[in-house]
Amino acid sequence: MKRIVIHEEHCIGCRLCEIHCVVQHSLSRDIIKAFKVEQPRVMPRVLVEESGPVSFALQCRQCLEPSCLEACISGAMHRDEKTGAVVCDEARCVGCWMCIMVCPAGAIQQNLNGTRIASKCDLCYGAEVPACAAHCPNEALTYEDV
Amino acid sequence: MRVVIIGNSAAAVGAVESLRQHDQASEIVAISEEPHGIYSRPMLSYLLAGEIDRPHLAYRPADFYSRHNVQPILNARVASIDVAGHCVVTESGQDYGYHKLLIATGGAPIVPPVPGIDSAGVFSFTRLDDTLGMLRYLEGNPVEQVIVVGGGMIGVKATDALMKRGLRVTMVELAPRILSAALDETSSGLMARLLSDAAVEVITGGTVSAIHPEGGKGAARGPSIAGVTLDSGRELACQMLVFGIGVRPNAALAREAGIAVNRGIVVDEYMRTSAPDVYAAGDVAEAYDLVVDMNRTVAIWPNAYRQGAIAGARMAGVSRADPGAIAMNTVEVCGVPAMSIGNANVKDGPYEMMTELDERRVVYKRLTLEGDHLVGAILVGNISRAGIYTGLIRNKLDISGCRKSLMTEHMSLLSLPTSYRKHIVSEAGIEV
Repeated sequence: MKRIVIHEEHCIGCRLCEIHCVVQHSLSRDIIKAFKVEQPRVMPRVLVEESGPVSFALQCRQCLEPSCLEACISGAMHRDEKTGAVVCDEARCVGCWMCIMVCPAGAIQQNLNGTRIASKCDLCYGAEVPACAAHCPNEALTYEDV
Repeated sequence: MRVVIIGNSAAAVGAVESLRQHDQASEIVAISEEPHGIYSRPMLSYLLAGEIDRPHLAYRPADFYSRHNVQPILNARVASIDVAGHCVVTESGQDYGYHKLLIATGGAPIVPPVPGIDSAGVFSFTRLDDTLGMLRYLEGNPVEQVIVVGGGMIGVKATDALMKRGLRVTMVELAPRILSAALDETSSGLMARLLSDAAVEVITGGTVSAIHPEGGKGAARGPSIAGVTLDSGRELACQMLVFGIGVRPNAALAREAGIAVNRGIVVDEYMRTSAPDVYAAGDVAEAYDLVVDMNRTVAIWPNAYRQGAIAGARMAGVSRADPGAIAMNTVEVCGVPAMSIGNANVKDGPYEMMTELDERRVVYKRLTLEGDHLVGAILVGNISRAGIYTGLIRNKLDISGCRKSLMTEHMSLLSLPTSYRKHIVSEAGIEV
């Protein structure tokens, strides 16, 4: 299974990954509409951490034995049969935040815009290259077979 | 091989899923005394609150049994385990031989022996049937006031759910404060204030000493209850009462079979009990807790699933040793979350606390350190990225270089030593 690899030494902290993640998960998949029209605005599922000169973009690490999957009380968190990615079925999620309590990377966020759901990377549902990696201008995120 | 599982909840599902990863051929029989398919017990409070409907309670899709080739035996209570004969017998006299057995019988609600407890309108809050009973009762009876006995996690979840139904709730807790096992005084006080602000009366240091059926104290079992007397002598009116005190391990079967039981069934790092080929997992098991460094029962969902998965793997011949459990839980009152992770609420001993309180925003953080290691965390209000703390506790990281940054509101992986950060983001051989 392919995974997103983080190269922090290449990250320039431009946050284009966050922007393109929002666009990818918006209804219109249009950058202007995603930011100016659609309400509530989609949350990015990748977050850029920044401190002084160091920055990197973090999204779900797709653990082999995912703590979030063990902890999920609703069964929303599951491994997608087609893509192998750990994804959250937002229709089943009740926002209990158990996954947030156990994710060692802190890669799952509360989405409180509308219904309460856990928000996490879904590897863009089987896309050839997830949007964050595809739009990273400096290959600080790459999508690789590992 | 034939695997028999007693139980039908998180530990059973974990065992089935991990067993089937390694072994497609073995026969699996799951025996449950409940008549229902696999459902999520922690979600019962959402059902009680009316936030989800019954189908939403399913923890796995309806075809779980058939897809995993499991024979479910529902509505059947196991009467005994014959450890020497490798066989379990149900109350109806059916026997099931096993090569491997998993005891995943969970916990039974603690209900104190209070006079009047058999009255209609008195419930515990553990199983689906309890919740369905409450919902039926609420539909058929004019209920306005409810008493919840227990101010721990279960009691608070029941209270929050009943409040959302528009009921007036009085919480009665024996300890001097609510959530006393999980939270320290400050965070417990914050949650109690949220309850009071929502018009819940919180009575601490007290308990219910008698339940009165409708029609007076001496009346026979009535259609409803009318009120209770507290140990203080105070009388309270209520039309419904819920025991949400907690659960104790359902270990009687194992004990009677001669399997080693303390509070729960004693298991090793592969969830093996003292009897050959018999495993235990979930709320009934007393497994290693890596924070307190001893075996104890940690009755939480994630633990049950993981222990089940470890037992299932081992049955299939795959040794995946359990590094140990961490006690943790989360509860919400009026939309404000509180989390307790690890040895969060210690007082005495070689510990050091770091706390930060913003009373106006109802945000609180307390980290407990033992030497250079984080051993516990309490978070109220802001639970963002809480799992980073859990990871630090689990991995026993030396945090002497980053103690202060752990207390900042926007604590992140960048607050941590570079080597640990790289370790966390590089799962499965990914080089950073």
